[in-house]
Amino acid sequence: MHSRTVTWSLLSALLLLALPWLLPQVMPAGQAQFWIANILGRAIVFGIIAMSLTFLATYGGFISLAQMMVAGVAGYTLAVFAEGAVPRIVGGLGYGAAIPLGLLAATAMGLLVGAISMRTRDIYLLMITLALAMGVFRFIETNIAWFNGYEGIRNVVGPSVLGMDFRNTFVFYHVALGTAALLYIGIIYLVRTPFGLVLQGIRDNPRRVAALGYSVALHRTAAFGVAGFIAGCGGVLSTIYNIGISPGTIGLGGTVNVLIMSVIGGLGHPIGAFIGSLIFTVFDTFAATIYDRDRFNTLIGLVFLAIVLVSPDGAIGIGVRLRRLLAASRR
Amino acid sequence: MDLAATIVLNGLTLAALYFIVASGFSLIFGLMRVVNMAHGAMYLVAGYVGYSVFEPLYDHDLWYAWYAGLAAGVAFAAVFGALVQVLLLGWMQGQELRQALVTIGLSIVVADQLLAMYGGTPRQFFAPDAIFGSTRVPGIGGYPTFRLVQIGVAVAVGVGLWLLLNRTKLGMMIRAGVDDRQMLGACGVNVPLVGVAVFSLGAALAGLGGIIGATAQPLAMGADGRFLLISLVVVIVGGMGSVTGTALGAVLIGLAEQIGQAMFPTYSVVLTFVIMVVVLALRPQGILGRA
Repeated sequence: MHSRTVTWSLLSALLLLALPWLLPQVMPAGQAQFWIANILGRAIVFGIIAMSLTFLATYGGFISLAQMMVAGVAGYTLAVFAEGAVPRIVGGLGYGAAIPLGLLAATAMGLLVGAISMRTRDIYLLMITLALAMGVFRFIETNIAWFNGYEGIRNVVGPSVLGMDFRNTFVFYHVALGTAALLYIGIIYLVRTPFGLVLQGIRDNPRRVAALGYSVALHRTAAFGVAGFIAGCGGVLSTIYNIGISPGTIGLGGTVNVLIMSVIGGLGHPIGAFIGSLIFTVFDTFAATIYDRDRFNTLIGLVFLAIVLVSPDGAIGIGVRLRRLLAASRR
Repeated sequence: MDLAATIVLNGLTLAALYFIVASGFSLIFGLMRVVNMAHGAMYLVAGYVGYSVFEPLYDHDLWYAWYAGLAAGVAFAAVFGALVQVLLLGWMQGQELRQALVTIGLSIVVADQLLAMYGGTPRQFFAPDAIFGSTRVPGIGGYPTFRLVQIGVAVAVGVGLWLLLNRTKLGMMIRAGVDDRQMLGACGVNVPLVGVAVFSLGAALAGLGGIIGATAQPLAMGADGRFLLISLVVVIVGGMGSVTGTALGAVLIGLAEQIGQAMFPTYSVVLTFVIMVVVLALRPQGILGRA
């Protein structure tokens, strides 16, 4: 069973890596390029941010609505310090320095969110993280000196990797895919370490974990820090993808979108984040064909409602149930 | 001195609006343990429905245009709230997170449909002549009458809620339900029906806030997010499910916002959140919340 999972993961990873070459075989080149950049690339980037939420929810039982805001902190830090961004706020740093700085800021913000919400659980945590996220959003939106207010910061074009330009669709896709894969493997590894086991213990029964002598507060805060780093990676990538960042990215809409992706995919496993973000992006792109371009929110809202009402464990849950049904009928 | 008094009065009128909206949120949370993420959407729905009743009447110069809009908005919100509870939330009682997610989905759909129907143009009610214009307030001078009315409405809502909760049979059931739902049901009370009543009342308060708020300042898309956030912060600061706590939270946040805007405009938002963080660190259940 275990080795089969590994084989499957390797196969799907290879398939994803080869997609930029496989897609043009089955569809016109322009269309393939569109799929790679606007659907798959975007889904991976948002999937990384959603995965930070899924990580907290799956292994800690924390539903944090602050993850998009944390991603935004990374994006804004990058935009504030990166050379060439318009308007120039601090500038002067190359991408090699600005990106790690952004990740550091996101990790710090993640730790801060964890520390502030330390004594709350469940829906209280949901409320407090949402309030924090909206607070940072409104602060950034009204602050001209540091964040250029409502307009945001433009022209964050990204570095060139080993002489290849980041703006090249294939380069961006592979960097995003590589980052996502590394973070995913990192999470799978982390939850098997003592730290991950304590985290899962906290999810199931924080009192017992505390009685065993572990510091619940410390582990919780650290988990939020890890999630902050993951969200930060997504934030940096999405800022480069969008060639800049504006407060709208981290507003209520953006915050809820990340939650929608995680829940649609399923909060039971980190892979759910990517399934959810792919479904979300496909709906987003083809809303015009399905219902009405301007009414995308109604469409995705209804999909979200249907998932929550019918299958609270998301697409993963549907898959598991289907497989069980098939196995039962085969018997 | 004048300026200081004006700022404080501004803060209090803002707090009055916040209290009206947040009290509904707090009420629903207190009894049902439901975080109603659609509370802002209910504010918005009531505002727009009220406006579509108000506008044609106002064009005909009828004196009761505003009152009719108020009644329509509040009634619509109340029915909407009752339907949400009956159709969506009632049968997943106890699954708090799932209920919160359902209301999030609902608020997305509602806000988007409102945008489709009414577009993005801001709308504003005109208060009837009786409460329009300005009143002389000692120490300040002329002050918009409607804002003073706002405070009056908030006080009436507060006193009304207190009386309802502490002096009526329904209030007794609600308070008993907060402490022990199952026991209340065992006593022969139709708990789900009490739940519908509470949800409807909470939504009606959001609706009342929507009409009052849309008279004091223009109503536009995005108000749902703003007032959801305000309700969250007020209730987190004041204490979950306590009317007095909600009032205290609203006054603190309203004053902080106005004083902050007067003294350090760019950073005034931060003040609100500093208050929230300090309260969370010292008293996670809110200033007047029960542990």
